[in-house]
Amino acid sequence: MPASVGWVWLVILLPFLGFLANGTLSLFRPDAKRAVSTIGVGVLVLSFVFALVVSSGVFAHPPHEAPYILTYWTWIPAGSLHIDVAFQVDQLSVVMLLVVTGISMLIHIFSVGYMGDDASYARYFAYLNLFVFFMLILILGANFPAMFVGWEGVGLCSYLLIGFWFENKPFADAGKKAFIVNRIGDFGFLIAMFMIFHATGSLNFVDVFHEAPHLFEVGGTTITLITLAMFLGCTGKSAQIPLYTWLPDAMAGPTPVSALIHAATMVTAGVYLVARSNVLFAMAPVSSFVVAAVGVATAFFAATIATKQWDIKKVLAYSTVSQLGFMFLGVGVGAYAAGIFHLVTHAFFKALLFLGSGSIIYALHRAYHHTGSHEDAQDMRNMGGLRRLMPWTAGLMWLATLAIAGVPGFSGFFSKDEILAMTFARGGDWNAFYVLWIVGVVAALLTAFYMTRMMIYTFHGPNRTGGEEEKHLHEAPWVMTGPLVVLGIGSVIAGIINLPAVLPMSGWLHHWLEPVTHLSLDYLPELHLSPTTEWALLGFATLIAAVGMLAAWNFLKPERLLPAKEAPAETGLQKTLVNKWYVDELYDTIVVRPIGWLSDRVLWRIVDAGIIDGLLVNGSATATRAVGWIGSRLQNGRIGTYMFFFVIGSLILLRALLR
Amino acid sequence: MLLGPSLMVSVILFSLGVAGVLFRRNAIVIFMCIELMLNAVNLTFVALAQQLGPEGHAIVFFVMAVAAAEAAVGLAIMIAIYRHKESVNVKEINLLRG
Repeated sequence: MPASVGWVWLVILLPFLGFLANGTLSLFRPDAKRAVSTIGVGVLVLSFVFALVVSSGVFAHPPHEAPYILTYWTWIPAGSLHIDVAFQVDQLSVVMLLVVTGISMLIHIFSVGYMGDDASYARYFAYLNLFVFFMLILILGANFPAMFVGWEGVGLCSYLLIGFWFENKPFADAGKKAFIVNRIGDFGFLIAMFMIFHATGSLNFVDVFHEAPHLFEVGGTTITLITLAMFLGCTGKSAQIPLYTWLPDAMAGPTPVSALIHAATMVTAGVYLVARSNVLFAMAPVSSFVVAAVGVATAFFAATIATKQWDIKKVLAYSTVSQLGFMFLGVGVGAYAAGIFHLVTHAFFKALLFLGSGSIIYALHRAYHHTGSHEDAQDMRNMGGLRRLMPWTAGLMWLATLAIAGVPGFSGFFSKDEILAMTFARGGDWNAFYVLWIVGVVAALLTAFYMTRMMIYTFHGPNRTGGEEEKHLHEAPWVMTGPLVVLGIGSVIAGIINLPAVLPMSGWLHHWLEPVTHLSLDYLPELHLSPTTEWALLGFATLIAAVGMLAAWNFLKPERLLPAKEAPAETGLQKTLVNKWYVDELYDTIVVRPIGWLSDRVLWRIVDAGIIDGLLVNGSATATRAVGWIGSRLQNGRIGTYMFFFVIGSLILLRALLR
Repeated sequence: MLLGPSLMVSVILFSLGVAGVLFRRNAIVIFMCIELMLNAVNLTFVALAQQLGPEGHAIVFFVMAVAAAEAAVGLAIMIAIYRHKESVNVKEINLLRG
């Protein structure tokens, strides 16, 4: 093992130290903002540097046979269950490591500007550092329980940061919703872990994945149930149907949090889990198809909602759900490298889009603050024409939009195209995949449409912020624009890590991840497309992006848009889309309210108040009092009675003794 | 001395004492009934001591000593109660009822 890989513990520890320091400051010196920024950003920069060191070791000496496992101490020794605190450094975790530390560092820097005026600045950075710590445990853990610790930890930080402004009840509720919905998914993950341990006797990645081919029957019930339970965990954490509803609400958190946790890193954990467990999923074709189908359904469904949202962060939230669906489509059809590829490119352009929207919200918020207006700083109907006022943000967000829409040459084009091409290739194997491909193409078309719509309404046409406010709209400071520039470069060029097969230098990431995914190759059909087909698909993808963007450009008229307070209510299908297909209302009716009813009418009034309080607690008190009352009738204070019983008692005793 | 008649007298005295304790209301009478019971027992001891050895006599002295001490305490309590309630009727002495 190269010596540089040994530094991996420091990569993980640094953010934790940052959390401890900032947490202490938030309790005792909340005003020491300069110290907080230095620590909060500093640990991330150092962590990124050490991540580079670790990766350089892996890049120089890729572990061909086994991944590098760094075991530190035994965590749970219990009978045949033996779990170590161990980290696994291999090709996949290095890719994740660089994405997580790199994007986190940029977003920490951005946060210095964005959260600069917040009273709870230190608490914010403490949570953000803690999040990075848990995220690193998630991606580096060498066994399922270690990963689960990270999985739960990022869920906790997500909860804390969504409800960061907890004085506002809807925000606190959004945090609660995210946490509770994720619990449903975590339940699935736990079940999967129990079943894996039952079947293989181990929870280490290396052991489980090497034993799996000998222990499980391909397409058997056990492996299918394990992977389906695991995927339930993924639908929670990565916001897929049916558990995606928490992610749009999670936009209640500060915008850099949305960029970091709810777009670039945490929500991709499910994709990472599937890619990590690729052998298990490849051995369960039914589960893989479910993953792909749920992914593409989510991609399409969320894209339709995104076409009609007015809140800029909601558009991006549904866009994230939709793009995560594409990633699951990729890993579901067996193109694990393609899924991870889209994860990487998406991390760049979606973080850029979120941070850009953060800059806009920051500018609008300050403008409204100047004039004392209480308009919604996130509603696109209050924006418009911002390209003249915020040229940097506009230009960079256009780069990200071109990337996500799939314009040739930009990163998102290659990653999304590869996923769709692989789905198409699987169609030759089983025609049902052609259906998934068609739905995926429509989702890609909608993506191009809604992203262009967002950009037009935000940056083009006349300004609708308000006459007085317009004078106060400025570009955000450089501490915020700087990270955007870096992300912009990434959004454009990240595609080169995995170019399609027909281009030179193709498929680097694919080859790089082969040691991780090679075990699954035995169970998957050869995914190969002829150059003609591949060129045709590339051309088709370009056409789709062009149609989507031009449609938005031609049919949407920002000049006719009215500011939020004057806008008329939508009707018909538009109203349905604005209300997100009423899924929240549906869940409210079939899940939340029945549970509320059950808790209120049955569990509280009958079980708690009736049985526990009434029968058990008060009942035993009443019974004791009744017995005491009977006893107290004997204690009547009359000596004659006492003597009477005494004599009777003596006689009975004498009779018994003198037998 | 005949054992049978002695024990018979003792039984009668004891029964009278018990009946008195049970049915009388005057505390002093009840008190005297208790003394009666004690002395009935003393008589039993003395009667049986003739056949069983001198320990019976010794115990009688103990009983008499205890009875004297008890009489002192008991009468003192009764005087205290009388001062408080101007009555020694046990029907009225029922402060400790449940």
